[in-house]
Amino acid sequence: MSSLETPSPSAPVAADGIRAPLTKKALTADHPTWCPGCGDFAVLASFYKVLEKLNYPQEKIVTFSGIGCSSRFPYFVNTHGGHYLHGRSLPFAAGISLGRDDLHVFVFGGDGDGFSIGGNHLVHTARKNPRLTYVIMDNSVYGLTKKQTSPTSPIGFKSKTDPWGAYDQPINPMRTLLNSGATFVARSHAGQVNHMVDMMHRAALHDGFSVVEILSECVEFNEGAFDAASPRKGGAWQTIELRKNDGTPEDAARHDHSDEFAAFKLANEPFPGRFGVYYENTTRPTKNALEQKLIVASREKTKNASDLDLMQKTFARLR
Amino acid sequence: MVTPNNPTSGDRPVTPQSLAVEATVPDVVIRLAGDSQDGIQAVGGFLARLAGRSDQEVMTYMTIPSTISGGASIFQVRMGSGDILSAGDRADVLVAFYQHSYDGHRESLRPGGVLLYDSDHVTANPDDHDVTAVGVPMTSATVEAVGGSSKEKGKNIYVLGLLARMFDLDVPKLTQLIHERFGGKTEDLVRNALLAFDAGYAYPAEHLRHILYRLEKPAHQSGSRPNVTCDGNTALAYGLIAAGVRHGAAYPITPWSSIMETLRTELPKYGGVFVQCEDEIAAASTALGFAYGGHLSITGSSGPGISLKMEALGWATMAEMPLIVVNVQRAGPSTGMATNIEQSDLLQAIYGSHGDCPRVILAPKNVEDCFYVALEAGRIARDYSTPVIILSDQAIATRIEAFVEPDLAALMGATLPDVGPRDAYYKPYPLDRITHHAPPGSVMASGKYPIATGLEHDEHGHPTASPVLHTKMTAKRREKLKTLAATLPAPELAGDESGDILLVGWGCTYGPIREAMARLRAGGTRVGHMQMRHIHPLAPGLEDTFARYRHILVVEINDEGLYGYGQLATLLRARTCNPAIDSITKTDGLTYKVSEIVERVARKTGLADPSIGHRSKSILAVNVR
Ligand SMILES: Cc1ncc(C[n+]2csc(CCOP(=O)(O)OP(=O)(O)O)c2C)c(N)n1
Ligand code: SF4
Ligand SMILES: [Mg+2]
Repeated sequence: MSSLETPSPSAPVAADGIRAPLTKKALTADHPTWCPGCGDFAVLASFYKVLEKLNYPQEKIVTFSGIGCSSRFPYFVNTHGGHYLHGRSLPFAAGISLGRDDLHVFVFGGDGDGFSIGGNHLVHTARKNPRLTYVIMDNSVYGLTKKQTSPTSPIGFKSKTDPWGAYDQPINPMRTLLNSGATFVARSHAGQVNHMVDMMHRAALHDGFSVVEILSECVEFNEGAFDAASPRKGGAWQTIELRKNDGTPEDAARHDHSDEFAAFKLANEPFPGRFGVYYENTTRPTKNALEQKLIVASREKTKNASDLDLMQKTFARLR
Repeated sequence: MVTPNNPTSGDRPVTPQSLAVEATVPDVVIRLAGDSQDGIQAVGGFLARLAGRSDQEVMTYMTIPSTISGGASIFQVRMGSGDILSAGDRADVLVAFYQHSYDGHRESLRPGGVLLYDSDHVTANPDDHDVTAVGVPMTSATVEAVGGSSKEKGKNIYVLGLLARMFDLDVPKLTQLIHERFGGKTEDLVRNALLAFDAGYAYPAEHLRHILYRLEKPAHQSGSRPNVTCDGNTALAYGLIAAGVRHGAAYPITPWSSIMETLRTELPKYGGVFVQCEDEIAAASTALGFAYGGHLSITGSSGPGISLKMEALGWATMAEMPLIVVNVQRAGPSTGMATNIEQSDLLQAIYGSHGDCPRVILAPKNVEDCFYVALEAGRIARDYSTPVIILSDQAIATRIEAFVEPDLAALMGATLPDVGPRDAYYKPYPLDRITHHAPPGSVMASGKYPIATGLEHDEHGHPTASPVLHTKMTAKRREKLKTLAATLPAPELAGDESGDILLVGWGCTYGPIREAMARLRAGGTRVGHMQMRHIHPLAPGLEDTFARYRHILVVEINDEGLYGYGQLATLLRARTCNPAIDSITKTDGLTYKVSEIVERVARKTGLADPSIGHRSKSILAVNVR
């Protein structure tokens, strides 16, 4: 981390010395390979908008992912990034973040990637609270491997591995995330671009491990799964109004997103439930900050000795 | 009383000079046997460091029970003025703390050796005249000397005092070590330790008559740097830091853990971060995340934990990411024997994971070499953008050796990520060159940002299923290791450069093989010893070397497998098609004794007497009457 005083690279700048704002054009890479109509397209479009809004230096943005249809994401974003293993992108991204505090790290993946094979990593990444943003594109099915039951598939879902209808209890993503101790938890829907932009933008600004779960329809293998939350399909789109602390009587009815219990209550509402920020903890220090603190304390103790000095002292003790 | 620390205050007339020294010996093997809470390893450590500070050669051998407290524990130290390469087959001195220590280890004592036993706990066989048995009330004498509430704690230091007397060891240096070891703690601890030491040292000399010796003084070493003394895991951990490692991640497992503990506590001082992860998969992944960020990064484990890293290792090969992976091998599949030695992960290291997955494997030959292998691993990982596995083992990891302090000023590696701008022609996976990643933060003049990926890809990192590209990219990943191979030095060759037998070893078998070679040569057989540090890729020219010997015997600690050859032997046979390559293997979880190798070689080849050079009597045997 501190060995991280990376020389500030010469960024692409205009003749007047001012960096051109980040545009969708600059951010566009390969054309997505998703099926026409896949919800993930809208997530990608929203993410471009988020990056335009954030306007970070392009070379400081990193997008990484696990394996799945949704995890193809980084190929379609023109930033530094990559495509890791099924379910293991969070510990990988934690390494990027902890090793390079100067970067903005975004991780993308599916419901199987995040809640099944990567479930334990999710819990432990949340516990450690590294500075990074994680977007789960939940289609409640295994898309890439062509329709097997996923950990969020509802009971009765007919898949190739449960042709008679799934009967294992699905996990509740919001409850799982809250329980794991993630310091920012939000939920959105791929049919609502403005809402997605707002959620991902807030997540990016959160100082710590922020997660946004986005219901993103797999038109190929789980069509209509989230119609219940789509007004255009006759469903109910219910967002969470956040407490403004303005002293008005109606404010009391709004959600206090610093209140874990209130968040759990929301999470327990029946499907399709509500969309918005469930929880944010702005006081828990990030692992980045804690490791930096340890470094500063350790270096103070050794009076900022050079690497060579430290090593020579160590060997002197081994004599 | 007269004590080395209190020389004038007593009335006892006996001083160390007043009894005749029985003999001066070149080296001695001392085995301490007790329970793991007795601080036996501390005594071993004191002796080892004393030897290191006296320019004496030293080699230790430990067994640690995997249960934390309780359970039999031994520490064997061999110290002397020669080239000490192995911890010694059998002991010259056995210190037995308990009856079970006596019963279990009496056999390890050479005839003519000295048995020191705690007469408070041990009844020795009175008819045993093969050794000089001396009972000392170690427990009660310690309690009496230290007093207070500390009970028999300090018994180990009492024994250290006894041994110091017995071998006329350097008392000022030993007391200095006691001060260093206990000094940071309470005053009481230092005082108690010195009281115990003095009591042991002042044990009435008439009881030690006939068992007083002196170690030969080593020829003065000319090197300008002093000796250091540590175990292999310590040498490896500091070697990694010297190599430029500032980042890493791991999950605890014996015998790997102490490397991770060292790195976790040391790296913050160097501005680095070491993460304890939820499991080994996460650890390999976090380490790769550090590497992707442009850092030289490390993960490590033992046994089952290495298996868990295999998928991530495949990614490291495919994405061409530099990464150091330490495997401190232990015995058996599954949980196996966690605190025993085996060299059975060699083929896993080369071929584990899935798909064609080439990577680099290095094996340190001893404690000192752990430091240098770490440096080399760092250099190779960076230069070739490849995972490098360091195959250490339980024996090297835990034993203590003295070696010349490395020239640190000349060796410290670079630590900063290279995030300079990349020109318009930059490609992450060029077919005509070795990959060097542009870590995030690097500005791309082309405006196109690179992708690191585990999918088969084209030169820009875009996914492809093109048969042509998969063929070319597979070749790219293979050829870079062949480029590396061409730069590798021929393996170290000792003894006869041609002749009857070439003994080939890797890892912790180095010392015993070298001593076995010396014995066989003394018996008139023409024998060479080749030590392989570069396991994969192999250095060029092996077939020519092998062709100069009638027998090539690969000595390793693993199973002969279904086809009769150990793992390195299998590899070398495949590599050279030389039918003269044969295999000496074993799977008892212990390091090789020199005599074991000599015997096996003699039987296999019929070219030597199986008991050649076997020292049946202890070097201390002058006393046996
Ligand atoms: C270790 C491992 N096991 C299994 C797979 C096969 N696999 C690839 S993606 C996937 C599931 C994808 O589902 P999800 O994460 O929900 O992503 P989606 O395709 O639905 O976006 C599976 C099982 C794999 N790549 N790696
Ligand atoms: S299979 Fe489903 S998730 Fe995958 S791209 Fe097609 S629609 Fe999207
Ligand atoms: Mg899915």
